[in-house]
Amino acid sequence: MRSHGSFVTTTVRAAETAAAPARTGALGRRNSLRWAGLLIAIAVLLLTMVASIAIGARNVPPHTVFRALFDYSGSYDQIVVRDLRLPRTLVGLAVGAALGLAGAIMQALTRNPLADPGLLGVNAGAAAAIVVAIGVLHLSSLTSYVWFAFVGAAAAAIVVYTLGSRGRAGATPVRLALAGTAIGAALTAFTSGMVLVDPRTFDQFRFWAVGSLAGRGMTVLAQVAPFIVFGTVLALGLCRSLNAIALGDDAGRALGAHIGRTRALGALAVTLLCGSATAVVGPIGFVGLTVPHVARAITGPDQRWVLPYSLVLAPILLLGSDIVGRVLIRPSELQVGIVTAFVGAPVFIFLVRRRRIAQL
Amino acid sequence: MIIRFWRVSFRVDMRTAAVCLCMVAATLVVGVFAISTGDYHIPLGEVVRTLLGGGTRSTYFIIETLRLPRVLTAILVGAALGVSGAIFQSLSRNPLGSPDIIGFTTGAATGAVLEILVFHGSTQAIALGAIVGGVATALVVYLLAFKRGVQGYRLILIGIGISAMLASVNSYLLTRANIDDAETAQVWLTGSLNGRGWEHVRPISIALAVLLPAAFLLGRQMRMLEMGDDAAQALGVRAERARLQLLLVGVALTGVAVAAAGPITFVALAAPQLARRLTHAPGVGLLSSALMGMFLLSLSDYAAQRVFPSVQLPVGVATGAVGGVYLAWLLAHEWRSGRA
Repeated sequence: MRSHGSFVTTTVRAAETAAAPARTGALGRRNSLRWAGLLIAIAVLLLTMVASIAIGARNVPPHTVFRALFDYSGSYDQIVVRDLRLPRTLVGLAVGAALGLAGAIMQALTRNPLADPGLLGVNAGAAAAIVVAIGVLHLSSLTSYVWFAFVGAAAAAIVVYTLGSRGRAGATPVRLALAGTAIGAALTAFTSGMVLVDPRTFDQFRFWAVGSLAGRGMTVLAQVAPFIVFGTVLALGLCRSLNAIALGDDAGRALGAHIGRTRALGALAVTLLCGSATAVVGPIGFVGLTVPHVARAITGPDQRWVLPYSLVLAPILLLGSDIVGRVLIRPSELQVGIVTAFVGAPVFIFLVRRRRIAQL
Repeated sequence: MIIRFWRVSFRVDMRTAAVCLCMVAATLVVGVFAISTGDYHIPLGEVVRTLLGGGTRSTYFIIETLRLPRVLTAILVGAALGVSGAIFQSLSRNPLGSPDIIGFTTGAATGAVLEILVFHGSTQAIALGAIVGGVATALVVYLLAFKRGVQGYRLILIGIGISAMLASVNSYLLTRANIDDAETAQVWLTGSLNGRGWEHVRPISIALAVLLPAAFLLGRQMRMLEMGDDAAQALGVRAERARLQLLLVGVALTGVAVAAAGPITFVALAAPQLARRLTHAPGVGLLSSALMGMFLLSLSDYAAQRVFPSVQLPVGVATGAVGGVYLAWLLAHEWRSGRA
């Protein structure tokens, strides 16, 4: 009897010791798969960038693209690459990355699958400021829009966050989401009121409101680049705290996360990222809304993977859509804001139907 | 408070009842004010007298043919939007849920914009195009989300995808159109109650007479679905069937509202949340949402007509402002913690 009992304990122990490395092995394998996936995504992104430089109303062969970048001689094709395609591609890269990251943070902060980066009122604030710039101050250059949009976005985000975090409970997800929609609706009402009263403003505004990468040069990008870089660093530093928050406020606090600080920093990162992106290209909602869901379908709910994946996948979608928009009705082009949804939505729906998406 | 009447008994929450009565009273007051003001001012006493059957020939004409139908349309459309908003928020268990999540409003907008910009249709044709577009979109979303039953989360995500595609179609059409057509479409897209007469009131009231009781009958099952499919099934609710019925009623209500006034934003989203916060209820309520929708839309229409007397702003502009500011104010003044 006793020998039998000791046999059982030894087998159990043996099984436990065998299982321990197996478990870490499975975890390690899953992590290396995620690393591989991320590297593949980065490679695809680089290819997309090259394609975005090469393809357009006039195609440039890839070797000319490389010569233009590294051995500049000033031929017509090389000028096109340097002065038009390269800035446009870099703008797409920066804006896409910013939107994807901002969307992932916003959904984590509000624990709501319907949250897009604009939920903090950023897009509505930017749009309201632009309408004032066009309708009241009669400005019409993109460079002057940028600062208006950025200030409008920041102001709206501050109001939303203050409103959402009033009261003893602080900025709970639902309050934040509702405050965002309330302020967003009021600002949108203001915007459409201004637009409806003044047809000339409507005519200019409708082209900004679609969202486009065309004609945004390096000067526009350089204005907001510091904000995007700072926002990205801030966002990637929040991964762990966001993971803790995902379990609920109480559990997160028990795990040692500073709930209030994480929310405030997250909101700051979203404002910087989404504010800059909207200032440069206009409101593009779809990228920030869906790319985090796709990232979660690939990686599972761990924010340490969702955020980097969103950062890489979003510019692929944005640049890819921009290429499609340029090719589809050559020599004219479709604005990227229109194409993203058309290119992205079928993929998104396919993923949602095929896979079990990790819920927020 | 429990009310017993013969063999039927039901529970009435005193606070909810008081809030509902207040909203009815407020809607009536706004309605009377809306009827009394305009290019030709009618004193309040005269308005009430005319509504009760007295009054002179001219006030009778102005009120009965011009102003009353518009006020009634606002009230009925508001009720429809409030109830459909409550249904969709309950089904999606999401305070940001609204008929938009199943793509109905965006689809309706696409139908109408196509009718305006491509086919240059009449007002009836636009309304019809909107309904066809909305119903087709809702159907596509439901079918795409169906996979051994419709799970709320998948429905939301598919709705996001389809709505985004249609929204980009809408803005593409708007940028391609000439400026006059684009402006007409923009006004329709904002939602307007200008020039609504009895020919609008009659179909909505008939539709609501059928749909509102249906919604209230389904209310019990809706409550139970909120607890999750398993719990609801254990309590004797056929989850999938109840959800489909609720979706149908919600879509029909939205369709009626959109056909009458265009895709008015924010009432469906804000009314259930405002009502819930005022009544201190744990979930969204159908009756209180309907009353809040009535109040919000009639107040918004009054504001849209009166804020800039020179321009007739479409009511959709005002709903965002009135509803948004009210919701923001309510959020700012909630003193109790834990009321998320």
